[in-house]
Amino acid sequence: MRYLPHTQADIAEMLAAVGAESLDALFEQIPENSRRTRAFDLPEAMSEWELAEHLQALANAGGGDWQVFVHAGSQPHHIPVLVPYLASRSEFLTSYTPYQPEISQGTLQAIFEFQTLISRLVGMDITNASMYDGSTAMAEAALMAMRITKRRVVAVSGLVHPHWREVLATYLAPLADVELVTLPAGPDGRTDLSGLDGEPAVLIMQSPNFLGVIEDLRAAGVAVKALGGLLAAGFSEPFALGLIKSPGEQGADIVFGDAQSLGLAQEFGGPSLGLLSCKTEYVRQIPGRLVGRAKDIDGKEGFVLTLATREQHIRRSRAVSNICSNAGHCALTCAMFMAAIGGSGFRQTAQVNLDLAAYLRSGLEKLGFRPFSAAPVFNEFVMYAPDNYGAVYERLKSLKILAGLPLKLWAEALPGISLERAWLFGVTETSSKTQIDALLHEIGKGA
Amino acid sequence: MTRKFTPAGTGGLVLEEKLLWEKGRKGRSAMSLVKSEVPVTALPEEICGNGPDWPDLSEQEVARHYTRLSTWNFGVDTGMYPLGSCTMKYNPKINEAMAALPGFAKAHPLLPAEACQGSMRLIYELERFLAEIVGLKAASLQPAAGAHGELCGMLMIAAWHRNNEKSGAPRKTKVLIPDTAHGTNPATATMSGFTEVKVPLGPKGYIELAQIERLMQDDVAGLMVTNPNTLGLFEQELADIIAMVHERGGLVYADGANLNAVMGYVDLGRMGVDVVHYNLHKTMSTPHGGGGPGAGPVAVSATLEPFLPGPRVIKNGDRYEWQTDLPLSIGRLHSFHGQFGVAVKAYSYILSMGQDLKKASALAVLNANYIKEKLKGAFDLPFDQPCMHECVFTDAKQRANKVSTLDIAKRLIDLGYHPPTVYFPLVVNSAIMVEPTETESKEDLDAFIAAMLEVAREAEETPETLHAAPTLTKVRRMDETTAARKPVLTGDMKVEGKQ
Amino acid sequence: MKELKDLNIPDDIKYAEDHEWVSTEAPFRIGVSDFAQDALGDLTYVELPTVGMELAKGEEFGTLESTKSVSPLYSPLSGQVTAVNSLLEDEPGLVNSDPYGEGWIIEIAPGNLSELDELLDAAGYLEKLEQEE
Repeated sequence: MRYLPHTQADIAEMLAAVGAESLDALFEQIPENSRRTRAFDLPEAMSEWELAEHLQALANAGGGDWQVFVHAGSQPHHIPVLVPYLASRSEFLTSYTPYQPEISQGTLQAIFEFQTLISRLVGMDITNASMYDGSTAMAEAALMAMRITKRRVVAVSGLVHPHWREVLATYLAPLADVELVTLPAGPDGRTDLSGLDGEPAVLIMQSPNFLGVIEDLRAAGVAVKALGGLLAAGFSEPFALGLIKSPGEQGADIVFGDAQSLGLAQEFGGPSLGLLSCKTEYVRQIPGRLVGRAKDIDGKEGFVLTLATREQHIRRSRAVSNICSNAGHCALTCAMFMAAIGGSGFRQTAQVNLDLAAYLRSGLEKLGFRPFSAAPVFNEFVMYAPDNYGAVYERLKSLKILAGLPLKLWAEALPGISLERAWLFGVTETSSKTQIDALLHEIGKGA
Repeated sequence: MTRKFTPAGTGGLVLEEKLLWEKGRKGRSAMSLVKSEVPVTALPEEICGNGPDWPDLSEQEVARHYTRLSTWNFGVDTGMYPLGSCTMKYNPKINEAMAALPGFAKAHPLLPAEACQGSMRLIYELERFLAEIVGLKAASLQPAAGAHGELCGMLMIAAWHRNNEKSGAPRKTKVLIPDTAHGTNPATATMSGFTEVKVPLGPKGYIELAQIERLMQDDVAGLMVTNPNTLGLFEQELADIIAMVHERGGLVYADGANLNAVMGYVDLGRMGVDVVHYNLHKTMSTPHGGGGPGAGPVAVSATLEPFLPGPRVIKNGDRYEWQTDLPLSIGRLHSFHGQFGVAVKAYSYILSMGQDLKKASALAVLNANYIKEKLKGAFDLPFDQPCMHECVFTDAKQRANKVSTLDIAKRLIDLGYHPPTVYFPLVVNSAIMVEPTETESKEDLDAFIAAMLEVAREAEETPETLHAAPTLTKVRRMDETTAARKPVLTGDMKVEGKQ
Repeated sequence: MKELKDLNIPDDIKYAEDHEWVSTEAPFRIGVSDFAQDALGDLTYVELPTVGMELAKGEEFGTLESTKSVSPLYSPLSGQVTAVNSLLEDEPGLVNSDPYGEGWIIEIAPGNLSELDELLDAAGYLEKLEQEE
């Protein structure tokens, strides 16, 4: 086996050195009642070539060849070859968490730059070195706000991605006395804040929200702060921040998000990159790793992991979170992507997304679709479809085109909104005008 | 200074490189940008912002920036990485290529099942492989990292108890955790709503039935245990302990951080373990990536199977389907289906290894015992008995010369090695925890042993060499105190030409 | 780490088993001993209680952090916190450089002065340190 370097002679020599008769003898310390008595029921080992053939067959049916006009938390964006090429350098890929700063300055500087670029994107003072994904970043934001405010009520907009709210509920379920309140949607597809009352630790908002609608975060912040709580605002499509005001500019205290859009493949949903940022005053309550500037004993500038006393390996049962491994390599990749696209390119690409979405929307309107609301959207939006669209949708699937997400399947998670004929569409710069015209043409052909 | 060792990765080109935003000029780009082919639209002015003031760089500037940064790093491909409890084994390259296949990489997670049968099959099969390898009933790929797998496991145990409370079982508020545990265990217990009860280590280096029996009261939900433990020793009484915990109405969570020691040799199902997590980035060879992403799938007994996170992939005839009707499930733990890309790599590894997974564990244990035998003369070995895949030394023999574990670790850097795990486990004073893994050859082990012996000699003859180390790196020992007192966590980014 | 003979253990104050000291007359200041600051290493953060907080004897009232450790502080006396040393917010290193002076941590209005008698004097504290060595 090519990953196992030991020759028979090596093994014999080493066994002699340790005084064992055989490899199995090394396991004599394992009590009989704990031992495995049978071989693995696993496929026979494959050569590299057999493996490649097998995986290629699976990948052929993996779904990557579909044309998907749906986002809902996973977006196709162009990734320049430069980014995965650089990210695959084994000095980055095969290294451990940078606990030994002298031989980890590459990772440390890159993550420090990531923390800086993301802080600027979201309008916060500080950003940690990453969380697993958007949903877990949001759950941690809620736990963080409860520690800061010493309150036990979490209010969440019912227009936050339903999966993210499910994860939040999973995290809160075992904790005593925590109440999770969900605010309903208003008729325009923005969160109805009128029911927010009591003593919330935090109001959690997503903008653009699950329906693609850009929320009024400023109003949300005013409402929750009047009750003494914090605003945690997030997003699953960071490209929107190329055009709209950042959550920080609108009064957020904590920002969470998912940065898959920034240089990461969709990869059937993971690994992604969770973002968590906050104001400096909350730095001792933010979970996860933080990279800070430091000098060495000769006065030379460098970077270290810092403020680790918040973390599980030091504070154990009283740590702010149990997180250890994060999405470090995804954060590195994301930093490379931000470096590659640049501020100017990011704004320009965001504008293209906005324009293409408007183009698709108006094309659908010409085919009898009706916009769900007049509230502003970015690159994702809900339309009410004509009666026969269900059949059209099925026909398009046979062409490997996913033309929208049928929201009626999500009705349980989105109460209060009429979703029977509602479809969620998304489009990015990866679709050309020609491709959108072709999609509209196909839809226009009917069932 | 005479250098007996001239390893790769040190002493070569160490180039300086600015911070990202100190490079570039506004208007450059390192990426083809899509131009608009459709009418330009605008958002209402009151919601418009300026966008982030990131720098604009050319493609070569970006390439050179990150290439230079990479040269200041040390990876498994650079040299030996004997980090105890971290299993820094070789990361096969074919696995990276498989995860990058466009059929997987471009797959949207909400595709209808008929569109992604290949991806769903991979999840289904990997879950079965992982259950089979430890001898348990079922598995879930949702947890995103080891600590997330721990959380998943403890949430399932909490949910199981809550379900039993409905039929009158007593409320469970505590969980037993040996004091050799990783910090993630007590932190996870807290996140799952439990209070930690510490279990002291027995005199032989493992936990004892009698001790657990005393602590296993009515309000205790169960036990979190790492086996082999963080001293590299197999828990001798664990099967009996588990039986007793079950008898008292508790469940047992096994921390799988050290599974690389026992694949094919231990049957967790037979031992009675209720849930175990895998670190795919340790045991199943996926890269650590400088901190992540990992993946922390859990495997469970029949008791806990109904509590697994959902949705789950099931097989109906020859079709794979999503099962969402899971009334006892703890719910969702990830935005989508877990770390799928990492799962592809682990699946590739398991298919490449087959029955040789057992041999991997055997060689990992052989390598650790070999190092232990060769170094126990020069370094203090607090538990002198056969070890599993890692062994724990201390600096006790070097302390007389005022040389500490930290000095030893830092000196190894100059000799071309990533240091072992140091100052952990906490129950051993100034621990040096060495885990070579099975992918290191005998020659590489001999070279590492020679380096360690050299360090021991230097500790006696020229301790100042160790105090000053490392000297060949981009930076030397860092002033972490000032960094923590006055934290600077973001850069002073001023971008030329920004409005 | 300092040798025992190099430790500064003043004899006009009292010591708790877990290394806090308290002055024997008003203002009743509480801090940590030279041994404790030396063992903890350079402190990076002191978590202080709020003024007015009621403490039982032995109750945790804050933490001392170094880069690699967090250590709880336990009150050697019962009583109410009347002042905290806010200088430590910016300069936690004062606990290292001057543990009995500028590095004091809180002031307390003792609820029961007889508790002072239960604490160790300098000789008793040194003896304890010697035994533990």
